[in-house]
Amino acid sequence: MDYKTVLTTCAYCGCGCGLYLEVLDGRLIGTLPSKTNPINEGKLCVKGWNIHEFVQHPSRLTKPLIRKNGTLTEASWDEALDYTASRLKEIKEAHGSHSIAFLASAKVTNEENYVIMKFARAAVGTNNVDHCARL
Amino acid sequence: MMKEQIQEHVKNLLAEGRIEGFLGLRQQGTDIGPHLFKSADELGDLSLGDRQDPGDSRYPLDKILSRLAFNYPTDTFGVLVRGCDERALQQLFTVSMLHRDRVVPVGFACPPELAEAHQCWKPFPEALVAGEPSPGVVGGEDAVGSQLGLLGKLQEWFDTFDRCVKCYGCRNICPVCYCHDCTLEEAALLPTGEIPPANPNFLMTRAMHMVGRSLCIYCGLCEEVCPADIPLKSLYRLVSKIVGQEAVTPEGLAARQETAGQSVDKAAAG
Repeated sequence: MDYKTVLTTCAYCGCGCGLYLEVLDGRLIGTLPSKTNPINEGKLCVKGWNIHEFVQHPSRLTKPLIRKNGTLTEASWDEALDYTASRLKEIKEAHGSHSIAFLASAKVTNEENYVIMKFARAAVGTNNVDHCARL
Repeated sequence: MMKEQIQEHVKNLLAEGRIEGFLGLRQQGTDIGPHLFKSADELGDLSLGDRQDPGDSRYPLDKILSRLAFNYPTDTFGVLVRGCDERALQQLFTVSMLHRDRVVPVGFACPPELAEAHQCWKPFPEALVAGEPSPGVVGGEDAVGSQLGLLGKLQEWFDTFDRCVKCYGCRNICPVCYCHDCTLEEAALLPTGEIPPANPNFLMTRAMHMVGRSLCIYCGLCEEVCPADIPLKSLYRLVSKIVGQEAVTPEGLAARQETAGQSVDKAAAG
């Protein structure tokens, strides 16, 4: 029997709401808004309330998938990165850099979002960068 | 002072092996959150949920407890309770979400100003370990409720409901919401397919559900958690008056719980 609450910050958008994740025997079982956090003062939106669900969800992608003959197939990171790099290069050469767009994520750090922006602008040469928090 | 009394009491409960753990509140820096205390060493960080003002950091400990009990049905836990928390315990005993033999409430009294602010008629639990019981507010009416009324100002209430962002916080935080299939997720109450989506119209449904079934214990956690500042507790009080049954007003609920407690005790004794 091991129940604990872990104080953390919501990863769904940039507001930075404080919340407690409830952990029972190593599994996330619930979310509670932090009453003492000065940002959200004990309140959450519908996404924040359910944030414990995605972390250990069985449908969560943990390995790269490549569509082969119409079927998504598990691949190694090396294979996936090589494939993506070569296809991006082909598409850029055939159709120009503005035929490519990048979608960043709210669930990663500022630094990772910076890197994808830099990659889009400096390496690929497009300003087509957007973010999943534009809801 | 109250805190020291509670710490001492819980320390003894743990030492005597009467409880597996004590579900209370813990202060870490400036943050206060729920915590399951399993040893006396941890009790130094115990908090009663008062950060700047009395009772400004309350959490639905009974609700958390019912989940622990679901996973560990034969264990006995201690739990920190105010008057309202104890009322929630009674409700959860009644619907068998918790077993009264496996819960050891450790209670403390709320100060008069908190009772006044929440218009609480019984701001102290029966299982009082610390604090002086204050009399509570009988037949009270909160400021928002008396200002708005209900039937005469229905349109104002529905305009207020339009602020709802469908976070389900009121249901999620509620210590006595225990249904597996929740009415608030009923497709008929949630118009979909249009952008922007229409506001959900389940707040009155929830009011009838909570009040009509005498579930609401008027703790006010729903009102505190609402990001749209919808005065839900005021709404429930007004609905309880309109439904008009003695049993669903705060005072009627108090009487009903006393009777229920006695009959259960009698049954246990018999």
